[in-house]
Amino acid sequence: MSSLQFDIAHLLAGSLVLASFMMLYQDRLYALLNVYALHAGVLALSVGWQAYVQQAPHLYITALIALVFKAIIIPVALHRIIKRLGIHREIENVIGIGLTMMAGIGLVALSMVVMLRVTPGADALAREDLAFALSVVLLGLLIMVTRRNAVSQVVGFMSLENGLVLAATGAKGMPLVVEISVAFSVLIAFIVIGIFLFRIRERFDSVDVQALDRFRGERR
Amino acid sequence: MIAVALWSVAALLALAPAGVVLSTRPRGSIILYGGCLVATSTLCVTALSDLLFFPHLAPSATLPIGLPWLGAHFRLDALSAFFLVVVNLGGAAASLFALGYSRHEDSPGRVLPFYPAYLAAMNVVVLANDAFSFLVAWEFMSLTSWAMAVSHHRDPENVRAGYVYILMASFGTLALLLAFGLLASGAGYDFDAIRASHPSAALTGTVVILVLLGAGSKAGLVPLHAWLPLAHPAAPSHVSALMSGVMTKVAVYGFVRIVFDLVPEPVWWWSMVVLLVGGPTATLGVLYALMQRDIKRVLAYSTIENIGIIFTGLGLALAFKAEGLDWVAALAFTAAMLHVFNHALFKSLLFFGAGAVLGATGERDMEKLGGLIHRMPKTAFAMLVGCVAISALPPFNGFVSEWLTFQAILLSPQLPSWGLKLVIPAVGGLLALAAAFAAACFVKLYGISFLGRPRSDVAASAHETDRFSLTAMFALAAFCLIAGILPGLFIDALAPVSKDMVGNIMPHQVGLQWLTIVPIAESRSSYNGLLVFLFAALCGTAAATAIHRLASDRLRRAPAWDCGYPDADPAIQYSASSFSQPIRRVFGSVIFGAREIGEMPPPSSPLPARLQVELHDLIWDGLYAPIAKAIGFATDRINILQFLSIRRYLTLVFVALVVLLLVVAL
Amino acid sequence: MNELRDILSQGAQMSLVLGLAPLLTGFVRKVKARLLRRRGPPLLQPYRDLIRLMRKDVVLADNASWLFRVIPYLIFAGTWVAASLVPTFGNGLLFSWTADLIAITALLGSARFFQALAGMDVGTAFGGIGSSREVMIASLAEPAMLITAFSVAMIAGSTQLPTVAEFMGSDAVGLRVSLGMAFVALTIVALAENARIPIDNPATHLELTMVHEAMVLEYSGRHLALIDLSSQLKLLLYVSLIACVFLPWGTATADASVARLALGALVYLGKLTVLGFLLAVFETAIAKMRVFRIPEFLGAALMLALLATLLRFVSGSL
Repeated sequence: MSSLQFDIAHLLAGSLVLASFMMLYQDRLYALLNVYALHAGVLALSVGWQAYVQQAPHLYITALIALVFKAIIIPVALHRIIKRLGIHREIENVIGIGLTMMAGIGLVALSMVVMLRVTPGADALAREDLAFALSVVLLGLLIMVTRRNAVSQVVGFMSLENGLVLAATGAKGMPLVVEISVAFSVLIAFIVIGIFLFRIRERFDSVDVQALDRFRGERR
Repeated sequence: MIAVALWSVAALLALAPAGVVLSTRPRGSIILYGGCLVATSTLCVTALSDLLFFPHLAPSATLPIGLPWLGAHFRLDALSAFFLVVVNLGGAAASLFALGYSRHEDSPGRVLPFYPAYLAAMNVVVLANDAFSFLVAWEFMSLTSWAMAVSHHRDPENVRAGYVYILMASFGTLALLLAFGLLASGAGYDFDAIRASHPSAALTGTVVILVLLGAGSKAGLVPLHAWLPLAHPAAPSHVSALMSGVMTKVAVYGFVRIVFDLVPEPVWWWSMVVLLVGGPTATLGVLYALMQRDIKRVLAYSTIENIGIIFTGLGLALAFKAEGLDWVAALAFTAAMLHVFNHALFKSLLFFGAGAVLGATGERDMEKLGGLIHRMPKTAFAMLVGCVAISALPPFNGFVSEWLTFQAILLSPQLPSWGLKLVIPAVGGLLALAAAFAAACFVKLYGISFLGRPRSDVAASAHETDRFSLTAMFALAAFCLIAGILPGLFIDALAPVSKDMVGNIMPHQVGLQWLTIVPIAESRSSYNGLLVFLFAALCGTAAATAIHRLASDRLRRAPAWDCGYPDADPAIQYSASSFSQPIRRVFGSVIFGAREIGEMPPPSSPLPARLQVELHDLIWDGLYAPIAKAIGFATDRINILQFLSIRRYLTLVFVALVVLLLVVAL
Repeated sequence: MNELRDILSQGAQMSLVLGLAPLLTGFVRKVKARLLRRRGPPLLQPYRDLIRLMRKDVVLADNASWLFRVIPYLIFAGTWVAASLVPTFGNGLLFSWTADLIAITALLGSARFFQALAGMDVGTAFGGIGSSREVMIASLAEPAMLITAFSVAMIAGSTQLPTVAEFMGSDAVGLRVSLGMAFVALTIVALAENARIPIDNPATHLELTMVHEAMVLEYSGRHLALIDLSSQLKLLLYVSLIACVFLPWGTATADASVARLALGALVYLGKLTVLGFLLAVFETAIAKMRVFRIPEFLGAALMLALLATLLRFVSGSL
């Protein structure tokens, strides 16, 4: 296990955190979906690399599921649904972008401190990967909490699940990861479809013009 | 040495009552300020020679005044010598400035008696070696500066400023009184006895918090800063310079003396508190400064920012000292002390410039000034030096102390505490933000007041100030440049101070090649102000000569680009609030609740459009106003006691007597 | 002999940056034009523009002050000194110990301070627009730059650029997460500082859409030539900075022979070509942002840099 392999694992985990921050920054729906696809792609790369480093071939399957299902199928499906149902495509924040990003940094700091203090005896590099995974989970929750748009909440939930997958693969020896991944993805698919059918039907009953944003040139 | 110092202080105290008489004479203020200049210069030279040549001597003296069993103890160790240099350099510059500026003073009788007393009080605070003299001198300092702040008493704003000031000053003194009381509980009031005592950790923790409240409110730490932007501008300009440039440093002296010297080994969480207060102070101070249009208020808020930077350096020094990394503590401490010196220099210079502008135009509001670089060229040049220095730009001195603070932050990963590991990068980010905002603030100050076209008649007809003011300003500007180019000299002069306070010193700077400064080791980082300045000067002159010889040196004048609308009114220029509008929109909406309300009339209406900007001081609304309301409520209730009948008063006396008897019985 | 070679090497660096700066700008413009299916101006056009401007008369506004006339020289001096201290073909700069990365950032800050003052000097509304927007952008870009410098310095153990470049070129560094974040943050800051799309359009002359051009609206002749040269030098400085910190391979070490230095110069030209090409592609592919989106963009860079620093504080292997 050379240092370069660990560095690449860290780099991929850090890129996942970076992708979560990019999702936090987006305020347009299509861009959010694209960044989510990137997020899932980076997850696939990270899981694939862990499969190579740990010599655990079943993780290749998890990586493939992440790539096909989460990076390609779900974003394309959401894209189509949004276009067909004509949902308004701007995401409103509860608090401003600056404060949201600062809260994100605070959450990353918190997860680093928690992970590195709670597990003093464990393998140093696995701890840092776990810290990154916890950051991704917390950032996913932050996306869900600070966005007023149903689709962005779904995306936040999915990115949270990506973080859990990262944690599971980082800690060695979890043989059911493949099955859990498949189950989770099916569950998410049903949640996505369910949320859409119910929420959007409500929205369609009301006057959709009001849901369109007013001209947001001057916010003050 | 200390005898000379004490005699000079006595001379200043003697000038104070003389000021009452001199204020009625025609040239009396010249004589008074001249006398102050001589006394402060003597003190400055004495202290400087003590710091440079006999730093470890620490002579002390005891005078039989004050409390009968205590007397008044004075001591001139390295820390006191350094702060005496800062106080008296500022005092001498202010006295020199006042020689010329005092002709603008309408009622000298309200200022002249208090000025030498103020200088004397600040010197005694720095020299004091026992808690009683310290506190008496501290309170005297507050009172004399309050008297001068309300000297223009016809303006109701000044009266309110004085009221808030005296309130906060009393609060500060109360906190310090409690702190000294706790420290003296084991040992008595004498500082030497306090140094030798061993108080418990809980006691020292409480003392540090109280000192932070007491000295911090005088220095201007957020949220105890509210009096500073009201009181500092209200005073006459040379007194404002002393209050901002020097009195805040005396407050820093009080903090350093108690927390680094009187109290034994520090604990890590003290530094956490100091850092958590210092970092936001720096950023909030300069953000407030960006929203102001009164020149002196901008400078007062900028003082708050610089105090935040100084306390951040002190917090870092405490953190390193608590961990035993005293060589890094020396770096952080020296950076803070160097910033104390630098800030005294350029803040005094900026206030002198503001005073010159006020004297020449009668205006403090930037939105009525403009174009002063043509009418007051020498003042404008000195103010430019001050603005560049305070924005921490090379080759001036502000950059050196900021650079040293950043180097100390870069060494912080060695600290083991997790809390500090998270707080220090955040504070570093806040400091970097504060530096960038400071540059923006002073571009605005200089650009709106001195550049452009005059926005009012008084600005168009201003005249240059007198020689004394100009000499004071240019002397300070020269010091700013020298401290920026030859910082090694100043760092080495501070070595005995850092040795006394944190136990170690920075590497010896003067012997290094080409007068570079090296904070830790040459392989790690170094900075050479002199060479950077020379290179830049060389490149600039080479470019100028080459272009003028080889290309063209012709020049002609023409009207400015007016987009087809000739003879534009000066009012189309950017004003102070329009210059800060982008920053106000980005940061102000959160921190000040800034709102812009625009009213546009319909297209064919001749009515004017209106733009209204609303800012809320959230700290005032959230902290001071509720406390004031609560006190008002409580006192309204208690006020009933004023209007009781005789029978009720007798009842009170009777009940008190019965209670006391019960206490005695049980 | 060593001393003489070091002095010549530093002198060569100073002339090289001065000579190459217009060429880099010309190259970027040419690539952008080609990507837009135009022929574009010749590669050497910036040199011709500078010479033409130098020969023209200066036309000053009636109320421009002495400060207005001196500022172009101050800006040029500050930028040239800063550019001479960033390693290009070799790490052995004689005077690199006079100013480290923080001091270089502050020198550029000095230049920007005076630039903003120049915009205020003539007293028209255009200068005010440029200066106020410039200080807003600087209030976020400069802290982001400083904090990126912190994270890089904490990895490399020093703020001196040649030491950083040598450390990055050695095997000790590995692939660090904080380094990746610092790279993204530095790229965003470089775009902001050089007034490139998406922050500011270097080719526009409409005052409501520009920041840099609005501040220099009143300059003409040799003053404008110096200011243009300074902005080209600044672009070269930032590109060299990214090259020496994040693409350190091929740079000659401090005691290299002349042949090795020549090879280092060739590698440097190659890096400039690649980075210039990437800049042109990026500028063509993306649109300019609304002015008040810029603080969010730069705020993201600041947060990334802060995150990188935080990771360095928390763990030595990140």
